[in-house]
Amino acid sequence: MLIGIPRESRAGETRVAATPKTVDQLLKLGYAVTVESGAGAEASFDDASFAAAGATVGTRDDVWAADIVAKINAPDDAEIARLRPGATVVSLMQPALNPGLVDALAARGVTAMAMDAVPRISRAQALDVLSSMANIAGYRAVVEAAHEFGSFFTGQVTAAGKVPPAKVFVSGAGVAGLAAIGTARSLGAIVRATDVRPEVAEQVESMGADFVKVDVGEQEVSSDGYAKEVGADYAAAAARMYAEQCQDVDIIITTALIPGRPAPRLITAEMVATMKAGSVIVDMAASAGGNVEGSAPDRLVVTDNGVKIIGYTDLPGRLPTQASQLYGTNIVNLMKLVTPGKDGEAVFDWDDVIVRGMTVAKAGEVTWPPPPVQVSAAPAQVAAAPIVPATPKPPPPPGRRIAVMGIGALLFLLVAMFSPEAFLGHFMVFMLAVVIGYYVIGNVHHALHTPLMSVTNAISGIIVVGALLQVGLSGHSWLFSALAIAGILLASINVFGGFMVTQRMLKMFQRG
Amino acid sequence: MNLTLLQGAYIIAGLFFILALAGLSKHETAKAGNLNGIVGMTIALVVTILAAVLGVKASGGIDVQKGAGATGLALIAVPMGIGAAIGIWRAKKVEMTGMPELIAMLHSFVGLAAVLVGWNSFYAGAEGGHHGIHMGEVFAGVFIGAVTFTGSIVAYLKLSAKMKSSPMMLPGRHAINLGIIVAFFVMLIVFARLPEPAAGQVDNLAATLLGIMTVLALFLGWHLVASIGGGDMPVVVSMLNSYSGWAAAAAGFMLSNDLLIITGALVGSSGAYLSYIMCKAMNRSFISVIAGGFGSDGQVTGEAKDYGEHRETSAVEVAELLKNAHEVVITPGYGMATAQAQYAVADLTSKLRARGVTVRFGIHPVAGRLPGHMNVLLAEAKVPYDIVLEMDEINDDFPSTDVVLVIGANDTVNPAAQDDPTSPIAGMPVLEVWKAHDVIVFKRSMNTGYAGVQNPLFFKDNSAMLFGDAKDRVEDIVKAL
Repeated sequence: MLIGIPRESRAGETRVAATPKTVDQLLKLGYAVTVESGAGAEASFDDASFAAAGATVGTRDDVWAADIVAKINAPDDAEIARLRPGATVVSLMQPALNPGLVDALAARGVTAMAMDAVPRISRAQALDVLSSMANIAGYRAVVEAAHEFGSFFTGQVTAAGKVPPAKVFVSGAGVAGLAAIGTARSLGAIVRATDVRPEVAEQVESMGADFVKVDVGEQEVSSDGYAKEVGADYAAAAARMYAEQCQDVDIIITTALIPGRPAPRLITAEMVATMKAGSVIVDMAASAGGNVEGSAPDRLVVTDNGVKIIGYTDLPGRLPTQASQLYGTNIVNLMKLVTPGKDGEAVFDWDDVIVRGMTVAKAGEVTWPPPPVQVSAAPAQVAAAPIVPATPKPPPPPGRRIAVMGIGALLFLLVAMFSPEAFLGHFMVFMLAVVIGYYVIGNVHHALHTPLMSVTNAISGIIVVGALLQVGLSGHSWLFSALAIAGILLASINVFGGFMVTQRMLKMFQRG
Repeated sequence: MNLTLLQGAYIIAGLFFILALAGLSKHETAKAGNLNGIVGMTIALVVTILAAVLGVKASGGIDVQKGAGATGLALIAVPMGIGAAIGIWRAKKVEMTGMPELIAMLHSFVGLAAVLVGWNSFYAGAEGGHHGIHMGEVFAGVFIGAVTFTGSIVAYLKLSAKMKSSPMMLPGRHAINLGIIVAFFVMLIVFARLPEPAAGQVDNLAATLLGIMTVLALFLGWHLVASIGGGDMPVVVSMLNSYSGWAAAAAGFMLSNDLLIITGALVGSSGAYLSYIMCKAMNRSFISVIAGGFGSDGQVTGEAKDYGEHRETSAVEVAELLKNAHEVVITPGYGMATAQAQYAVADLTSKLRARGVTVRFGIHPVAGRLPGHMNVLLAEAKVPYDIVLEMDEINDDFPSTDVVLVIGANDTVNPAAQDDPTSPIAGMPVLEVWKAHDVIVFKRSMNTGYAGVQNPLFFKDNSAMLFGDAKDRVEDIVKAL
């Protein structure tokens, strides 16, 4: 089958859906590839390099006549008209926001696959364009901010005075947010980040940023891997937190996008007004209405108090070479998925949740939205997922546990009733020691388990005390004393040997 | 000697024991912890010997116990001196690979001492008149002590390969164990309800009952451990550690001695906790380990399955691989201990570190035959402890690791635990070594590990086998470097 790579028609688009490297990979899958002349010019791939990789360089008509057309932006009406009925078109589509596009594609009788509708499951990560583009956008957002920011990111002590490090606040710890955190950290800034999903705190901290929690009891655990809209209490608490951060930080990067809805308004004009002059805000959600009041898509706005608000929507396109390479690789991974025979014949398995999820139109029918796929990084969900195929034992019902504990307590009370007072006194000591032992041992480092056992060995030699006192008892036979003496001998081996061997072992442990 | 002085000293000693265990939680404080234990023990021994020699008086000058005088001192000093000499001699001589045996041996001494103290306490009779309760305590104490004694002896024999480590399967073994336990409880009630004999007399029926029960308990301890396989020994050893503590606590109850109770309870709960950690690391319940009979050596259980071909490699190739690696993780198992390869491994580690390769160790909780066994071996060979990590600390790093060296480990790196729900080890947490770029498995042959399950790791595309004695092969690699 032939894959066509057209030149992007949208103004300002710099990317291309294939690079010489990915063309090579597509050829290995058995496909033929035609690239429209000049398609890679903006991304620094010339026609010759595509030809060298094995693609044919053709005209616009050649490309659109292909069996599979792979591009970046959704085809416009003129382009849809060029598609051959029965062909497949792969691109970004935003099907939830563009029902007209989906209808037009269905009417044309083509199979349309939206690269931005990949279900968020582990297996699909290799073809998830949103992730790969968000990664680039997050990086570029920091670069743009640094470009507009009048100071260093990193703190320095120089002969000309001390420079404090910049403080960066990242809102939303998705792929873009995490990439922004990593980039800002590697430039030397102090980075904080927040997210409505508390379960991502660990990821934020792993990138070297501090997680700022919204101080509210409510827990938002997402079940489909995307953020959701949140309740009113939460919104008020979040607003207080944003207001505080605005007064403190130099750079803010907002990445909060909710699929298929306008972006949430996180930062109001009043908050922006409290920021220091020269501060920079990058609103990565500007295309969907913006997280920041006053941001404008594709523009740099300077407020009255000297805060720069960047609303560029083409952040991935500002790294055209890298973005094309990653997008192209996503396309290759999609083709791998649908080409099980590596024979250049695409076979669409409609039972595969990835293929089903991405396909928005086929054979004249609109197939959007797909049936929901449940995935999440939240631990509660993971436990239910069949990662470990062994059937987990169902925990005993709480009622049974209480019943067992109750019966235990009753039995003990019964025993206690018929016990002498002295016994219960000893029992109290015994119980406390058991509890202390349990907690003390729970803290022991795994590497010290062997020394721990030899020390407990030594101190359990304390039984020697019993034998010692028995030697002193008068009025018994020689056998009595002999048993006590044997007891002393055995327990002494334990006491001395145990402590000695522990000492010897502990001396060996050395730090590197 | 004043009774309250004695008790006060015991309280201080008990506190020192708690500090000893708390100190062992970190490397930095571990030596101080051991020292605390020694101080506590010294206090306890000194005051007890004084009490035994000089006698103990309660307030008001009433004799609680008469002093044994100079003869008593001699009767104490001689056996204690001999015991100390034996203990110190063994402790100095023991090889670190032989630690499990030594620990099992020491457990048996506590068990036997508890039996002796229990029998003596039976002859001495109760202090303060609660005859029935005292008899019950004696009976339970002797029972636990006897089980600990023979159980530890069998564990010792298995660990030192003087007895076959495969589980012994007597017909109806569960019935035998249960029967003995039921018999114990029945006899306990009968024994405790026997009338108190006149002062200085011993009830013959009671002595017979205690004797029968001691023999049964000795058999139970032997049978219990004999039917558990060698690979489950970490659980068994920590379980016996726990029993030896309970035995000491039981002795404390029968002698009304709080120090024995405290110490016994500390040791007992510590051993129980260790057993729990080990069981969790194998994804098996404590009961199923104790019930025994799991695994058999060198046999494939389950249906024969075609796993494909394994790939063999040579020491030179591995050396080449290591030279070009940035991140290397070594996962040792019991095989490293049996081959005594820890020094060669440490040598390899320092050579690689000198070349700028990051080398770390990943230790599975049940690697070896004793909790923490691998850590002690590596420490002996002077591997710095801060590059020796626990399974949970290192498991996420395997995808970014270039080379993993699996030295004498098998079940603890078996992907079947995660992939194959029908596998006997399904659900057991394992080191995910197969996620690394390259995996080199050091093994003597293609035989299975303790659980008797084939390991699909050996047949993965990114793993290669290096056959032979682990020590020799590692030395070959060091030479090739």
